[in-house]
Amino acid sequence: MVKSTSKDAQDLFRSLHSAYSATPTNLKIIDLYVVFAVFTALIQVAYMALVGSFPFNSFLSGVLSCVGTAVLAVCLRIQVNKENKEFKHKTVVTNLRGIVAMFVIAV
Amino acid sequence: MAAVESLPPGTPSAMRNAFGTVLSALILVLIGVLAFSIRLFSVIKYESVIHEFDPYFNYRVTQFLSKNGIYEFWNWFDDRTWYPLGRVIGGTVYPGLTLTAGTIWWVLNAINIPLSVETVCVFTAPVFSAFASWATYLLTKEVKGSGAGLAAAALLAMVPSYISRSVAGSYDNEAVAIFALIFTFYLYIKTLNTGSLFYATLNAIAYFYMVCSWGGYTFIINLIPMHVLLCIVTGRYSPRLYIAYAPLVVLGTLLAALVPVVGFNAVLTSEHFASFLVFIIIHVVALVYYIKGILTPKMFKVAVTLVVSIGLVVCLIVVAVLVALVASSPTGGWSGRSLSLLDPTYASKYIPIIASVSEHQPPTWPSYFMDINVLAFLVPAGIIACFSPLSDASSFVVLYIVMSVYFSGVMVRLMLVLAPAACIMSGIALSQAFDVFTGSIKYQLSSKSKDDAEDNTSTKNAPKDDASSGKADKGEEVAKERLSKKGKKKEREPAEKPSVKSKIVKKKALVLPLEASIVALLLLIMLGAFYVIHCVWAAAEAYSAPSIVLTSQSHDGLHVFDDFRESYAWLSHNTDVDDKVASWWDYGYQTTAMANRTVIVDNNTWNNTHIATVGTAMSSPEKAAWEIFNSLDVKYVLVVFGGVIGYPSDDINKFLWMVRIGGGEFPHIKEADYLRDGQYRIDSEATPTMLNCLMYKLCYYRFVETDGKGYDRVRRTEIGKKHFKLTHFEEVFTSHHWMVRIYKLKPQKNRIRGRVKKLKQKTTSGVSSKSVKKNPWM
Repeated sequence: MVKSTSKDAQDLFRSLHSAYSATPTNLKIIDLYVVFAVFTALIQVAYMALVGSFPFNSFLSGVLSCVGTAVLAVCLRIQVNKENKEFKHKTVVTNLRGIVAMFVIAV
Repeated sequence: MAAVESLPPGTPSAMRNAFGTVLSALILVLIGVLAFSIRLFSVIKYESVIHEFDPYFNYRVTQFLSKNGIYEFWNWFDDRTWYPLGRVIGGTVYPGLTLTAGTIWWVLNAINIPLSVETVCVFTAPVFSAFASWATYLLTKEVKGSGAGLAAAALLAMVPSYISRSVAGSYDNEAVAIFALIFTFYLYIKTLNTGSLFYATLNAIAYFYMVCSWGGYTFIINLIPMHVLLCIVTGRYSPRLYIAYAPLVVLGTLLAALVPVVGFNAVLTSEHFASFLVFIIIHVVALVYYIKGILTPKMFKVAVTLVVSIGLVVCLIVVAVLVALVASSPTGGWSGRSLSLLDPTYASKYIPIIASVSEHQPPTWPSYFMDINVLAFLVPAGIIACFSPLSDASSFVVLYIVMSVYFSGVMVRLMLVLAPAACIMSGIALSQAFDVFTGSIKYQLSSKSKDDAEDNTSTKNAPKDDASSGKADKGEEVAKERLSKKGKKKEREPAEKPSVKSKIVKKKALVLPLEASIVALLLLIMLGAFYVIHCVWAAAEAYSAPSIVLTSQSHDGLHVFDDFRESYAWLSHNTDVDDKVASWWDYGYQTTAMANRTVIVDNNTWNNTHIATVGTAMSSPEKAAWEIFNSLDVKYVLVVFGGVIGYPSDDINKFLWMVRIGGGEFPHIKEADYLRDGQYRIDSEATPTMLNCLMYKLCYYRFVETDGKGYDRVRRTEIGKKHFKLTHFEEVFTSHHWMVRIYKLKPQKNRIRGRVKKLKQKTTSGVSSKSVKKNPWM
């Protein structure tokens, strides 16, 4: 039982890996950015756990802005993804304008 | 709604399109004017004055803002209320309303229109109600189309429950907040429908404005996650949902934390936890869908089993930690007001102040009919109409109305949140009904003329598949009397010739007979007429009273009772600037705003012990009350008394609340001492505690001189103790109709008789009084 599950797990990871490598490069760049943003947020949380939460404002603003850019990058990815049928008519220009606007506000 | 197809100009459909747009714009302008003017009754009947109690505080804050600028306002510490504690205004007030009015005043003055601050404050509410009806049009247009939008906007412009909180002069948070609420919902639905990040940003900004304006923003931040959860559970997850929700949560929380009143509560209190929980859930769901998309089904099953086994353990740990955190705070992290919404009996058991506010009582059945009138019948029809077809937007509106009906049942003040939902639903219902009837009429008429000609002709005006088409001319006649508009844009789709016959056959099955349609149309129009009549009556008679000026009709004309302003003017002219005035908390805001004197407690009611101190003083005998007031540096005591003219909201009627609140903090005040056989009386059968307490004495001092018998018109009896003298207070002012009475504390005597004897008594009989609860003030 265990052997089959571990073999299944290995198969799973292999298929995930192969499927993911098939995504186009620009999407992978966005994914990398998302991972970076989330990683920064986690570092801040770890820092707060170590050093204490004063001043809470800076902790909140730091974590939330990291999470914010991650979320917005995910939204950008959703809209730019050619496989996504619902957004065929959107042009890149609209998205860029929107996301630039949001970055300005989110910061 | 689908995007507008570009048509070659000059074709009949494009002309009709353009005509429809112009007509809708004109109707919207008229609706705005209607919303503005129906709220002006109080200005016409009385004068352009600020109403009630809370608006006076907002007015004072706006005055300060306009005089001193925004930085002073942000850091303002007010030392003229809650003496000796003071109040941090910058951090405890929702700044949206005052900033809005302040900005309008500043802009107008900058372009040389010299309106005073008071005028701007008085007329802010009607202007924003016009904006709110336009926002309702936009919201309903996203859900069902512009016909329903116009109907809903017209209904909202007039609905009595919204009028009650936004008449000209009612300068309170809801005036601006309801507009912000509807606009935020509109932007959320728009983002959901289009999936555009632009609207998501606007949504977050509108949510920020809502947080600035009203404590009711927690309704939004709980309703939207609930809707997202509903969509996920019913299998309607889509990337647009993610785009609509996730940026809102993050940006919204960031912006909400910017508002000083909310501050860290945006991440720490239970009111916001739902949004974070659903945020996590939507990420999990998004990930699941993504993985499902890139894996084969077999692999996906393996992934699911793997994740479930590991994830369950992790989830349990996290949930346990959360539960422990939440349970460690006594109320589970909820604030008192929110908790009383979830558990309606909470306030009456633990926080008598919240229970005592009349706006926080549950509404009675008649108040539903009074406040939303005909809409109460149309709402169920609208709910059904929303289910055919069910889209994300219509499921949101259904959820909105269900939640708001529940909350309005808990607290009458929240009928205000029900009103826009009811208007939207009723607008949808009315518009659909009109569509069916006018479609039937048009089809019947055209089929009659067709029977004369030929059976198989397919006219350009062939009716569409279902009963939801409307024709321009028929619609116009109806629209001239009712303000709803037909879906003109549906005309654009050309009727396909081959399938016209089957369509006609199908249409025949859905069409109603001609006479029935005409009669039904007329009845609907009459329903609308009744609604309009009721709304105008409610606005004119029921909701226009400024409550600072009272009027009454009698056989010799109209009496005006302006006692409140008379007494505040007396206070401001005849006392020193630094004198402290003690009264019950209802009058605190008005006293600071109009009389410009320092008060002990006011309507903000943030400090229960302080209010209980004042309540105890009012319930104690004269000497004890004098001690309490002297310890608070009070110079003047103000009471409101309605016995001479029959004004029922006076302090004697509120007195039991003073006893309850005071008794909640100081146990030597017991409510039973003031009741004779469980009944509250002030006549000769009243208890001695009641007849000796300060409130009784201050209200009824010299009352017997008015008519010789001391007949109290509100309680409808003669009073118990008629002839008495005041030992520690002296009367300095009684207003014209005896409504407001002001007393001054007498200074302490230089020599107190009998003091030596008392000391001797105390030392000999010190043990016996230990069992009685000690009065901390003596």
